[in-house]
Amino acid sequence: MNEIVASPTIAQARAAGPRFGERMLSAGARCAIPVYVLLALGFLAPLFAVVAYSFATPRGFDVFRTFTLENYRQILDPANTVWMSFAWSLGLALLTVAILTLVAYPIAYGLARLFGRSAGLVSVLFVFPLFVSENIRLYGWVLFFIKGGVLDGTLKAMGLPGAPEFLFTPAATLFGMVYVYLPFMLFPMVLGLSMVPRDLIDAARDMGAGRLQIWHEVELPLAMPGILIGMLLTFVLAVGAVAESKVLGGQSVIVITQDIEIAFTYAQNWPFGSALAVILTLIVGVLTVLGIGRLDLDRILGRRS
Amino acid sequence: MSLSPEARAERRSARFIALWTGFVVLAIYTPILCGFVASVNKGRYFRFPLAKTSMEWWQKTFDSIEIGMLVRTSLAMAGLVTVIAVVIAFFGALAYARYDWKGRRLYQKLVLLPIFFPQPVLGLALLLWFNALGMQMSWQTAVFAHLVWIVPVVTLVMAIQMYSFDAALEEAAFDLGASRLQVLREVTLPILWPGIWSGALFAFLLSWGNFPLSLYTTGPDTSVPEWLYAKMVAGYTPMVPALGSMATIAAAAVLLGMGLLARALRKRPAQ
Repeated sequence: MNEIVASPTIAQARAAGPRFGERMLSAGARCAIPVYVLLALGFLAPLFAVVAYSFATPRGFDVFRTFTLENYRQILDPANTVWMSFAWSLGLALLTVAILTLVAYPIAYGLARLFGRSAGLVSVLFVFPLFVSENIRLYGWVLFFIKGGVLDGTLKAMGLPGAPEFLFTPAATLFGMVYVYLPFMLFPMVLGLSMVPRDLIDAARDMGAGRLQIWHEVELPLAMPGILIGMLLTFVLAVGAVAESKVLGGQSVIVITQDIEIAFTYAQNWPFGSALAVILTLIVGVLTVLGIGRLDLDRILGRRS
Repeated sequence: MSLSPEARAERRSARFIALWTGFVVLAIYTPILCGFVASVNKGRYFRFPLAKTSMEWWQKTFDSIEIGMLVRTSLAMAGLVTVIAVVIAFFGALAYARYDWKGRRLYQKLVLLPIFFPQPVLGLALLLWFNALGMQMSWQTAVFAHLVWIVPVVTLVMAIQMYSFDAALEEAAFDLGASRLQVLREVTLPILWPGIWSGALFAFLLSWGNFPLSLYTTGPDTSVPEWLYAKMVAGYTPMVPALGSMATIAAAAVLLGMGLLARALRKRPAQ
């Protein structure tokens, strides 16, 4: 493990001419200031505002002046069906992770091991959709699956009975989530698989290990950090996903983010929406902190030491 | 030459992986192609196979003043996001990968938090926060919202490249008597340009295509993805897939252009 060693560069830079503030903070810490300021104002403060709002009087806007647990009580009230939205979101996210693990693993393996020089191009093909707004891509699937659309029309032109009803079902929502979050599973997996030294696999083979044994005892454990980041990232993003259920799912299921959105917009009940958002944030936050808390990011991102 | 069963199995799995990858790539681009097909439909309503094709909707989209304004708003946002994100993330990446300092391990994890957070919820939280501050929403507030998510991504993109940076080069320059500014200008930046460019590319394209953050934070201003969404929900015309295809082609052109530029620069002999 590379521990904290004062770089000789920094020491020399200091010797060259100490300036204001350099004695207080190291060069690295000073470079981190702009990012920290942005995160404080744009991430921490908004979340704090949400927490504050969640304790305000329902349907009111008198934040910071009132304190009540009424919003949380409403969520826990068995008469309220909002728990179903949580269940749908969590269930769909779990399924998305399970399916994507299977879908992405062979591709990640190919990118890390087999594709060689064309791996760069294949990676670009998988990155590019991230630059196209997800609603454009999801709407493309609507055009594909809809009655009289690309799939249906093609099948009928071939003399077949046409496409089954798929659009505007929970399965279509799941399909959309698998589609949108593929890159978020794929690239951490590639990073993970790239961490497995080739020599080690060769050595295992020379000592007589079978393919399955190598995979199970060498490759998988060493690639696990990357795979786990991929699963975690996909899960937390899918739990908060909303476009898929609106565009492809036709709101056949209401996911939790849509409930939050409704509370913030049509219902104009910001405190209730905030309380829902706090619970969602807690789920996401606890998982994330547990998941990335013990990671050695230098190793995963490829630091040479 | 006969292969061992092991080698044959390996070859079989390699073929399966190549086929599977090809299939998934095809699936990824299917909806984008469907959008393109729908945009060249002559009639207003989409039926496949198309009865008649025409570029009429592309022309209409191109000539529309309303869409011109959307594009300008989206471009202004993406441009501003790129400039600010590259500057902040450049220093962010130095702190991430270049320097060893006391708080680095924690910092590396904190930077990831906005990436590990559902964007629609972040957008709503920012809406609430701007409101609590009494700010009016506009495309500028959306720029700030984009930065919260894009700066961490760009920091990572740049950091990955910076890991391969050899600190000895900087040291040598200091030893030869260069000042800090000189070292930055003549040693550090030239080596880091590729990372900076890819960071800028990510910043621009991610902002250009962002929908969930823009939705809640642009106020009365409208970006291209927002307009598309509004029309998908109510009031479909083939202008929706036409503008979607244009946005996709524009993103691809930027990516391709940058890729070619990078290749040309790499081939040029070092000065």
